[in-house]
Amino acid sequence: MEIDPFIFRLSIFILSIFIGYYVVWSVTPSLHTPLMSVTNAISSVIIVGAIIAGLAGNSDSNFTNSNIFGFLAISLAAVNIFGGFLVTQRMLQMYKKKKLNK
Amino acid sequence: MSANLSAIFYLISGVLFILALRGLSSPETSRQGNFFGILGMTIAITVTFLSVGSFSSGLIYVLIFLLIGGLIGAFIAYKIPMTAMPELVAGFHSLVGLSAVFVAISAFLNPEAFNLGLPGDIKLASLIEMSIGAAVGAITFSGSIIAFLKLQGIMSGSPITFKGQHFFNASLLISIIVLTYLLCSTQSSNFFWIMLAVSFLIGFLLIIPIGGADMPVVISMLNSYSGWAAAGIGFTLENSALIITGALVGSSGAILSYIMCKGMNRSFFNVILGGFGATESFSSGSKEQRPVKSGNAEDAAFLMKNASSVIIVPGYGMAVAQAQHALREMVDTLKKNDIKVTYAIHPVAGRMPGHMNVLLAEANVPYDEVFELEEINNDFANADVAFVIGANDVTNPSAKNDPQSPIYGMPVLDVEKCKSVLFVKRSLSPGYAGIDNDLFYKENTLMLFADAKKMTEDITKNL
Repeated sequence: MEIDPFIFRLSIFILSIFIGYYVVWSVTPSLHTPLMSVTNAISSVIIVGAIIAGLAGNSDSNFTNSNIFGFLAISLAAVNIFGGFLVTQRMLQMYKKKKLNK
Repeated sequence: MSANLSAIFYLISGVLFILALRGLSSPETSRQGNFFGILGMTIAITVTFLSVGSFSSGLIYVLIFLLIGGLIGAFIAYKIPMTAMPELVAGFHSLVGLSAVFVAISAFLNPEAFNLGLPGDIKLASLIEMSIGAAVGAITFSGSIIAFLKLQGIMSGSPITFKGQHFFNASLLISIIVLTYLLCSTQSSNFFWIMLAVSFLIGFLLIIPIGGADMPVVISMLNSYSGWAAAGIGFTLENSALIITGALVGSSGAILSYIMCKGMNRSFFNVILGGFGATESFSSGSKEQRPVKSGNAEDAAFLMKNASSVIIVPGYGMAVAQAQHALREMVDTLKKNDIKVTYAIHPVAGRMPGHMNVLLAEANVPYDEVFELEEINNDFANADVAFVIGANDVTNPSAKNDPQSPIYGMPVLDVEKCKSVLFVKRSLSPGYAGIDNDLFYKENTLMLFADAKKMTEDITKNL
């Protein structure tokens, strides 16, 4: 009997939880705020679904409700992607070591 | 682009996201980590465009909406003050939640675009995954909106509770499961919409009973939810980048909530159920006025000038007063006098994990002078002065020695072991837990009643 592809996705999911568990425990507590903003940004990879929905089957400009929800989701996710990565970058720039010449 | 090839690219972006989080293990590697994150996102988006292939008139709209969102996001990221980071993160969570809902709705309305079957005849597994993604997304959205409003101060931070709250929430949760079952068996879109509405309601009800100062847990919890929502949608779309990311974010948020819970000595279960922070008014009976020693900036400056080591304990009050820059100036002056200064940060100081660290970093405090509770707690006994600015409950010794105290068992900073304690506070009012802090009345404590920023500036003048 063939294995359902769902099982493979489930395996990816479960293994990723474990990876997440170990990787996040090794994040230094002083970077927990950037951790939250960057996880925010990467979870907006949901935009791939929104793009598929937005581009789905139309040859003219007669958009279905499905397309429109896709467009809205694109905007929301884009706010998060740009906002999330940039604000993380801004925060990380501020973390500096003690200057040695002092 | 073939489905297999794009799947490989999605896997690559998933791996890059793992590296993005891995980079955060130290500040040196963190910027590189963020770069990996951006690279992963760029790959995922590009591959999606290539795999759809047929560029119809929808493309221009997709790009326009992408641009609008991107510009808004960039503008916010550029403008937001660091003290508003908790609000920002809560706001961003709500967007992830809502976009998960929207993607689920699109997929439900047009399942063919996602290879999920036909409208009214969607594959059972896809329907379940879609429902989970949509429900969790909706909960994340409305919950984050409430968290945002509470953090912004638009909504009162005090908990809103009513009778039978848990019972009501539990029955709503069960109704979601029933509705999903009905949706799967009848394929009727009505059940889908009702289920979404109930989910929005649950998110709202879950967060309203939680007090403003318990927000670190709430934000981490919603962070976790947004991840699970993304993962649910990832299963629907059969997209490994989304599944990997969802799992990473979900476990990241869960770990942060766990750390926050431990920092407040609350059980994880208690948090998931919501309804905490409604501390039943704790009256120790000793309401009579106890004498406190209060001083002014000159006294504080005198004490610190004669110290050889000072430990600074910042808290939410420092963020409210925007005192981080003034504080750093004070510390610079102290250092010029050869006084050793370090910072002690409690896990739940502020309104979100790591809140204080970011504010200190913003004020150019080197991160190797900033220590976590376990790292620094033994040093208080050897330090001359502890300078508590805007923190309260995290220093309360009753957490260690009064089993009656509501915060008994919570790990606290051993501030009272210092030779002298300077406590910057606006008034004698108790902290959010509503409990008196014995530290105020100790022999070696000097209370400095003033706005945190003004007091620090005055101390600097007197040094």
